[in-house]
Amino acid sequence: MTTAGDDDQAYLRIENLSKVYATRDGEVRALNDISFVQGRGEFISHVGPSGCGKSTLLMIAAGLLPPSSGAVQVRGRTVDRPRTDIGIVFQSPVLLEWRSALGNIMLQAEARNMNRKEAAARGRELLSTVGLAGFEDRFPHELSGGMRQRVSICRALIHHPDHLLMDEPFGALDALTRDQLVLDLQALVTERRMTVLFITHSIAEAVFLSDRVVVMTPRPGCIDRIIDIKLPRPRTLAMRETPEFAEYSRQILDLFLARGVLREH
Amino acid sequence: MTEADKSSSAFTGTQAAGGGNLEAGIQRRRRQRAQRERIGAFVYPAGMLVALLALWEAATYLFSIPAYLVPAPSAILRSMDTNSAVLIKESVGTTFEILLGFALSVAVGIPLALAIYLWRPFARAVYPVLVSSQAVPKVAVAPLFLVWFGFGLLPKVLIAFLIAFFPVVINTAMGLASLEREKIYLAQSMGFGPVATFFKIQLPNAMPSIFAGLKISITFAVVGAVVGEFVGGQGGLGYLLLIANGNMDTALLFAGIVALTVLGVVLFLLIGLVERLVLPPHAVERTSFGSETM
Repeated sequence: MTTAGDDDQAYLRIENLSKVYATRDGEVRALNDISFVQGRGEFISHVGPSGCGKSTLLMIAAGLLPPSSGAVQVRGRTVDRPRTDIGIVFQSPVLLEWRSALGNIMLQAEARNMNRKEAAARGRELLSTVGLAGFEDRFPHELSGGMRQRVSICRALIHHPDHLLMDEPFGALDALTRDQLVLDLQALVTERRMTVLFITHSIAEAVFLSDRVVVMTPRPGCIDRIIDIKLPRPRTLAMRETPEFAEYSRQILDLFLARGVLREH
Repeated sequence: MTEADKSSSAFTGTQAAGGGNLEAGIQRRRRQRAQRERIGAFVYPAGMLVALLALWEAATYLFSIPAYLVPAPSAILRSMDTNSAVLIKESVGTTFEILLGFALSVAVGIPLALAIYLWRPFARAVYPVLVSSQAVPKVAVAPLFLVWFGFGLLPKVLIAFLIAFFPVVINTAMGLASLEREKIYLAQSMGFGPVATFFKIQLPNAMPSIFAGLKISITFAVVGAVVGEFVGGQGGLGYLLLIANGNMDTALLFAGIVALTVLGVVLFLLIGLVERLVLPPHAVERTSFGSETM
């Protein structure tokens, strides 16, 4: 890709972004001088230790928090209010307890005045894609943690958003459920060639899903390095055992070791 | 309690083709267990009550306790029977006061809680006054209300209101404030404005808490109405209690207490019924007391 082509393709542009919180003990710098560009259809993951500000970065990219300095642009327009062209998935499912699985997904449709019938049909389809066919009328308290998170992913997708923002969506789940959801997510995302900004602290998740992995330093979060992941798609679980995959993981691991995020005794 | 049932029925649900029989069996057992729970919830307290009454009855005869001190349950029942017309008539009057006091509590309490939640300066001005007002003993204020509002219906309703509105305000405000940050973010990302966010997310989110407040409020309203009747009554169950006390008719005194208790319980259950109609089942389970642990 040429530099000019790069610019045309720029979907999300983050420039010299910093975020400073005022606390009782003075200022805390959560993010420091972050710059990167995300192309349309690109899957970018941010990995870093807890407290490196990567969740804050996602909130700012969603327009839900204001940056302290620097700029966020989406398709050339500065983000200065909550973006509604996104689907967002939080660490916890954030389901409404009084609505069924389908009802929760339909909240998104209601907010956007979508055709109820079509939206419900698409909601059912999404639920069945993530293995929740037959659970449409279950309430959140009747679903397991993994199921709830799957519902929240469906809710983030029903309106065909341009941009999917995910903040450690699988962090609270067991390893097996995570593997399944990572595969589900890949299927959903490649089908529509979606642009995804994905926050995680799992190196394996980041390498598996991403086109590019942004490795963050500990607080204040800066970009340590951006790593291109040139593994073929669709990616399979077996691919995680290949030398190429291991090499990518090793690169990220080395960065963490160098920064003292991880220590070997 | 049914965690295992849920997961296994969920499991068979995904492969419904083969597991029809198993599913039906699990469902049947689940229903049976639920029925046993329901029967148990009635039988245990009823059994306990009967046992206590029997003990009481026996004790009054065994130790020949004078009836003006503690009448036997049978004597109380007889008194309830002979005085049934009066008890019902006075109950109606008291119920009226309770319901008016409660309605006023809701009508004032919920908007007040809204204002407290939505308008910071108002909250800062009103909240401390509100909280300290609860330290004022309402019984002590009752004679004052008598001076201001006379012997009619109004002072009783106002005292009931004064006691009953506080839990409505506190629980409503708490319920509104308990909304997680993420739900607000979610609403913003969906393009909900403040009004839609309030009605679609925040208010339903607060409903269980509001109903918890209403349940406390209705029992407080009973106390308030009776206090009002004690101080300046010309009728009502509280007044009946005073008269019975003056006549040393302890059996009637107890009969009045029974009537008040029944009244309180019925009103409490009515709120619970409305809650069941308004809220989905799980939310009711969360706020109803003890039904799950019994």
